[in-house]
Amino acid sequence: MFLLKGEWYDFRDLTNPIRSLLDDLGLPGDADYVIWSLLGGAGILLWLILSVLAFIWIERRVVALMQNRKGPNRVGPAGLLQPVADALKLLLKEAITPRATDKYVFWLGPVLIFIPTVVVFAVIPFGERMALADLNVGVLFLIAIAGINTPAVFMAGWASNNKYALLGAMRVIAMLISYEVVQVLALLGPVILVGSMRMQDVVGWQDEFNTPLLLLQPLCFAAYLIAGAVEINRSPMDISEAESELAAGYHTEYGGIKFGFFYQAEYLAGFAVAATAVTVFLGGWTLWGLEDYIPGWIIFLSKLYITFFVYIWSRGTLPRLRIDQLMAFAWKFMLPLMVLNVLAVGAEIMVWHETEASRNVALPAIGAVNAALALVLVVGWGRFLGHGTGSQKGHRATLTREVGKIYYTGAEASS
Amino acid sequence: MTLRRDSGQALRQDSGQALRRDSGQAIKSEPFVVNIGPQHPSTHGVFRLKLTLDGERILDADMVMGYLHRSMEKLAEERTYTQNIPFTDRTDYLAAMTGNLAYVMAVEKLMEIEVPERAKFLRTIMSELQRIASHAMAIGIFANDCGAWQTPVMHMFRDREKILDLFEMACGARLTLNYMRIGGVSRDIPPEWMPQARKLLKELPKRFAEYEDLLLSNEIIIARSRGVGVLTADEAIAHSVSGPMLRGSGVAWDIRKADPYAAYDQLDFDIAVGTNGDVYDRFVVRLAELRQSLHILEQALDMMPSGPVHERVGTATVQPWGQAVAPLAFRPPVGEAYGRIESPRGELGYYIVSDGGPSPFRFHIRSPSFINLTPLKLLSVGATVADAIVILGSVDIVVGEVDR
Repeated sequence: MFLLKGEWYDFRDLTNPIRSLLDDLGLPGDADYVIWSLLGGAGILLWLILSVLAFIWIERRVVALMQNRKGPNRVGPAGLLQPVADALKLLLKEAITPRATDKYVFWLGPVLIFIPTVVVFAVIPFGERMALADLNVGVLFLIAIAGINTPAVFMAGWASNNKYALLGAMRVIAMLISYEVVQVLALLGPVILVGSMRMQDVVGWQDEFNTPLLLLQPLCFAAYLIAGAVEINRSPMDISEAESELAAGYHTEYGGIKFGFFYQAEYLAGFAVAATAVTVFLGGWTLWGLEDYIPGWIIFLSKLYITFFVYIWSRGTLPRLRIDQLMAFAWKFMLPLMVLNVLAVGAEIMVWHETEASRNVALPAIGAVNAALALVLVVGWGRFLGHGTGSQKGHRATLTREVGKIYYTGAEASS
Repeated sequence: MTLRRDSGQALRQDSGQALRRDSGQAIKSEPFVVNIGPQHPSTHGVFRLKLTLDGERILDADMVMGYLHRSMEKLAEERTYTQNIPFTDRTDYLAAMTGNLAYVMAVEKLMEIEVPERAKFLRTIMSELQRIASHAMAIGIFANDCGAWQTPVMHMFRDREKILDLFEMACGARLTLNYMRIGGVSRDIPPEWMPQARKLLKELPKRFAEYEDLLLSNEIIIARSRGVGVLTADEAIAHSVSGPMLRGSGVAWDIRKADPYAAYDQLDFDIAVGTNGDVYDRFVVRLAELRQSLHILEQALDMMPSGPVHERVGTATVQPWGQAVAPLAFRPPVGEAYGRIESPRGELGYYIVSDGGPSPFRFHIRSPSFINLTPLKLLSVGATVADAIVILGSVDIVVGEVDR
């Protein structure tokens, strides 16, 4: 029970024993801070690597179930050791650097993509007092660090000197620039409501008001998950690796552990997106008082894994969109909606402060207004752009027996 | 202000001009050649598509074929008529039955052999099963080209496997079947074949309904395929394309109706046609043909007569142990014949010229995959890279048949 409820997992409380230990050694006062940060960082890294290995297995098994297959089931019980075997294989493989590449940039790509995906977890609160660095600009930090992926991907694509890789990298740049705007605006709504960018404050607000921000900002949650899918290359937005078009996109030329870094970074970025979504929209490590009985980090990780599962699910289900369709979706559809949402949230907060309504009135009202707004905006703006008016519906073939008759009209094709 | 529906058209037409308008001068850019294939996940074999790109837009498309050329037409001139049947398995390896059938029909026409009624029905049944198997693959791979990561293909494999099981029961092979013979089929179906076939026919409608539910009105599939790769009826006829590609362009042409062979003249079925000639319509036509094949199969299984399945050709040789087997070699009269059928990919024809010898003087394959590929440049220029892959998937080529 101590293991579950004890304070041993509290990163902060590690400081005290360490400090008392170090005081005797006569080290400078900041050393304990450094040491517990390193311990916490190592813990997070360990958890991440184990989670990635677990999720590689889970993804392969789950998608196999979706596809009438068995999935990996040979290495270890139920194929559990398959990801370990794969990782070992990648490690032992010769790390080939093709001669035509830009060597230094080629090497830098996988490293640069790996670091930010791990660093993001510094500000994620895993539980009460379980954030490695509870920055007061946590949300901003998340966005800024996650943006480093973009140049890393481009470096990989450019340095590879491969046309598939270049096309994939170009697509990534175009996509991420578009969707990062959406992502920032999607996080802005909750931040305005909460009034703080500190991740623990966002969780605390949701705990205090007993309302996950998902209920107050459904549109933002959807937008964030979609923009997140772009960031982590998940279908239907996986156009940067687009297996059927670009072989493997920006990491076509990578093999061995350098490819392993990209592969792992994809999962890590996925966890980062899921962790952010959980913290900002789903109440983080709180669950309507359950956190008093179960350690917060278990609640947090369960939510994180469930959110990440959505991406696995979409990968096994959805086809891929074309880049111009995705860009149009970002700029024409999501961006105006997000801007309107930010305006709406601002107005709601102002009205709340002006009327000084009690939270029992204000929160349901905001929730209802935003849900209605989301529905109206999505349907209305979609109609305005010409979607959902019947042209998007499928049709069946015409059946005939008149051999030689021509049924071509070209009506829909030319529209 | 009217916002255009994002069909990709806007991007294609405006990107270049918009840049020039805004910056006052053209941004210096140069075209970029990308080889899709010969080793690439979406070329369905070793086929190479050389694309000249301006960004994502295709300026020029060049097809390079011949990586799988095995010189079948020449090889066939050195072998006897019966020995050539296995070659026809290996041209369109996803539809070996129909390949067999077209060839043996050509030889039968040359030799004026009348095939027993039961053999005709068996040929029809096997052709339609093969059509379902092949179309299932075509639809699955098309969805895969759209980016649906293997899931549709795997679901389609489920049905295809069961059909291959039936083939295995009938002739012992699953892929290269070598089932048809000149004068009939190689052997009758075993007694347990019919119940299993009927069981499969009961299962399939549920599966097809599932595919129609999941794929036909899938918004992403529609967004990716509607209005993409439009081939008008006139262009389709001018390029001599056939099969689902021609019918997708709205031309109601099906050899099974236009020039009935085997037992098709006794069966009731419709031709499925599209109206727009785009990628989506080709896919819709294939989905509808699954249903039609099922309808044909149900009738054919009910109407199947009893009797012999093979008409003896030439003089039988008697083996030392007393068994009479059809001769491997025989000499058809001097002349020429063209046997054509509706293979899952279109009009598959074998043109045979006999000089009276034991092997054909000329053996020509009119392969639908090859001819359906010819408008590929027309379809892909102006589209994007992603479109080109989908268009190629919608043509449904088998490289073994393109290159022979």
